[in-house]
Amino acid sequence: MAGTSDLDVAYVARLARINLTEHEAKIFQKQLDDVLKYVEKLREVDVTDIDASAHKLPVFDVFREDAPRDWFTAEQALSNAPRQANGLFVVPKVVE
Amino acid sequence: MTGNELPALNIADLQSLLRRREVSSREVINALRERIEAIDPDVGAYLSIDLDSAYKEAEHANVDLPLGGIPIAIKDIINVMGQRCTCASKILNEYRAPYDATVIRKLRAAGAIPFGKTNLDEFAMGSSTENSALKSTRNPWDLSCVPGGSSGGSAAAVAADEAFVALGSDTGGSIRQPAAMCGVIGLKPTYGRVSRFGLVAFASSLDQIGPVTKTARDAALIMNAIAGHDAQDSTSLNEPVPDYGASLGRDLRGVRLGVPKEYMIEGIDPQVRAAVDAATQQLDSLGAEIVEVSLPSTEYAVAVYYIIATAEASANLARFDGVRYGFRAENPKDVLDLYGRTRKEGFGSEVKRRIILGTYVLSSGYYDAYYLRAQKVRELIRRDFASAFEKVDALISPTSPVAAFKIGERVADPLQMYLADIFTIAANLAGICGISVPCGFAQLDGQRLPIGLQLLGKPLDEARLLQIAHAYEQSTDWHKARPPIASSLQRG
Repeated sequence: MAGTSDLDVAYVARLARINLTEHEAKIFQKQLDDVLKYVEKLREVDVTDIDASAHKLPVFDVFREDAPRDWFTAEQALSNAPRQANGLFVVPKVVE
Repeated sequence: MTGNELPALNIADLQSLLRRREVSSREVINALRERIEAIDPDVGAYLSIDLDSAYKEAEHANVDLPLGGIPIAIKDIINVMGQRCTCASKILNEYRAPYDATVIRKLRAAGAIPFGKTNLDEFAMGSSTENSALKSTRNPWDLSCVPGGSSGGSAAAVAADEAFVALGSDTGGSIRQPAAMCGVIGLKPTYGRVSRFGLVAFASSLDQIGPVTKTARDAALIMNAIAGHDAQDSTSLNEPVPDYGASLGRDLRGVRLGVPKEYMIEGIDPQVRAAVDAATQQLDSLGAEIVEVSLPSTEYAVAVYYIIATAEASANLARFDGVRYGFRAENPKDVLDLYGRTRKEGFGSEVKRRIILGTYVLSSGYYDAYYLRAQKVRELIRRDFASAFEKVDALISPTSPVAAFKIGERVADPLQMYLADIFTIAANLAGICGISVPCGFAQLDGQRLPIGLQLLGKPLDEARLLQIAHAYEQSTDWHKARPPIASSLQRG
C-alpha cells in the first residue's frame, strides 16, 4: 500500500512493533506522505562540509564515578509491572 | 484577603503573605482546591491531584525557604514520587512514579509543594492538548478554544488561577506556545540548564523543563530553584547558576534586540502581527535598540524538527512494551503479539504516527537522506543564531503565528498543526533559551484571546530574557488581565 513516498506504513509499523488497523495504515500513509513531501525541501540545502550537530553546547565525554549507590529495591522496580511472579517480570514464553 | 482572592496571587506576593503569617500554607491549598472544584470541570487543566499529600506537606511547610509552602502544579510527564505519571497516555494510565524527578527534588528542597498533575498532549506530542488520551483541556479565555500545547494543562491552570505556578516541558515550543495562548509567562531554559532526570523522554536532544508563571519575577524564583547541574543527566551543563532575580528592574538602555526578517511570514494573523509590532515599539521606547537580523535557515526548521524529534521519539518510546510497567494487552499469544497489541491499544494516533515516521527516517537506506541531513541543517540553524547573537542580545518575534484556535479545527491535518510551531522550534534545535510574555489580545467572535511575544536569548542567558520580560511587563497591563471564568469568581 505504498503512497507518494518510499514509506510503506504497514511495513514500518511492523518494524516499530505497532499493530495498525488497515484503516489507520491508510490514513497514516496519506498524512505521512504529506509530511515527507514537505521535508523534501531539506534536499535543496547545501550541507557540504557541515558536521552533524548532535549537541548544541560543548558537553562531551561525560563520566561519573562507577560507584555503587542506593537505587530501587526489586520491589520498587516491580511496583508497576503488569505481571510479575517470584520477583521477576512475567512475559509470554519466548523459547520453545 | 479572602479565599476567593488568594488564587489570583503571583508567588512573590503569596510568599510575602505566608512569611508574614497572614495566611497559612494549608489555607493556600484550601483556596486552590475550592477554585479547582469551582472551575476545573469546565477548564479541565488537571489529570490528578493528591490532596492528602499536599495537606500533609502544607502542615510541615517552612515558609522561610525560598519557595516555602508554595504549591506548584506539575505537567503529568514529570515523575513525582507516589503519584500517577500518565503522560496523558492510556499506556501509562495506571503508572505510579517510584521516584522524584530532579526538578521535584529541588523544588521540595526549596520548600515547595508539588500539587496536582496537569494535562498535556500524549507524551507531549502536539500543539493543542487535544492529543491527550485522558481528558480535554479548554482555554480559560474561551472554552471553545484549545489552550495550546503540549503543556496546555499547566498554562490553563495558571491562567485560570487554578495554580499559582506550574512546570511544563518544551520540546518544540510546548511551554511557550500554550503560555502565549493562555496569556501567561512560559520560559524554556537553555538545553542542559535544568535536569531532565525524571522527565519522561520524548526527544532527548530537544526536551527541557521550565516554568509557566504569572510574572517574570515568578519565573526567576522557579529558575533559582530548578536550574543547575545534575550528575544523573549527562547532558546537564556544569555551569554556575546566577540569581535570576538580580537583573530584574534594570532598564533596557543599551540592550539590542533583533527582529528576524525571515519571521515576517505570510500566515501571521494580522492581530498577532499588530500586537507584536506594538510590543516592539514599546521595548524601543523603554530604551532598547531594535535592529533587523537574518536567520537564513528558518524555513527549514519545521522539517528538521519533525525528522529529529520523531527519530528520537521512536527510540525513546520503544521502552513501552507492556513488560516492565504500564498497560499490557490481554492474552498475548506470544511476545511479538504482546508488543504489537500493547502498543496498538496503548498509544494514540499522533504518537503512533510519530513513532512510524521516526522509525522510517532512521531505517537502513533512509538514514543519510533524512536523519543525517537533518542534523546537518540543524547545525546551520544553530550557526544562524550564533551569528545573530554577535549583533544583538536577544531576538523578538510572535510566539505563535495565531491566537488560540477552535477545538477540533486542526486535528485532521497534522502538517498544518506542525507548521504552527514555526517560531518556537528553532530554539530547541539550537539549544538556546526562550520566553513567551503576554503582549495583547486578539478579538475573535466577541471573545478576547491572548497573544504572546517571544524573546529568544543566547545559551545560558535566561537572566537577560527575564530582565527584558520584566521591564516590558512593568510597562504594560497585559499580565494583569484575568480570563472571565477566573475573574467572575474573584468578584463572587
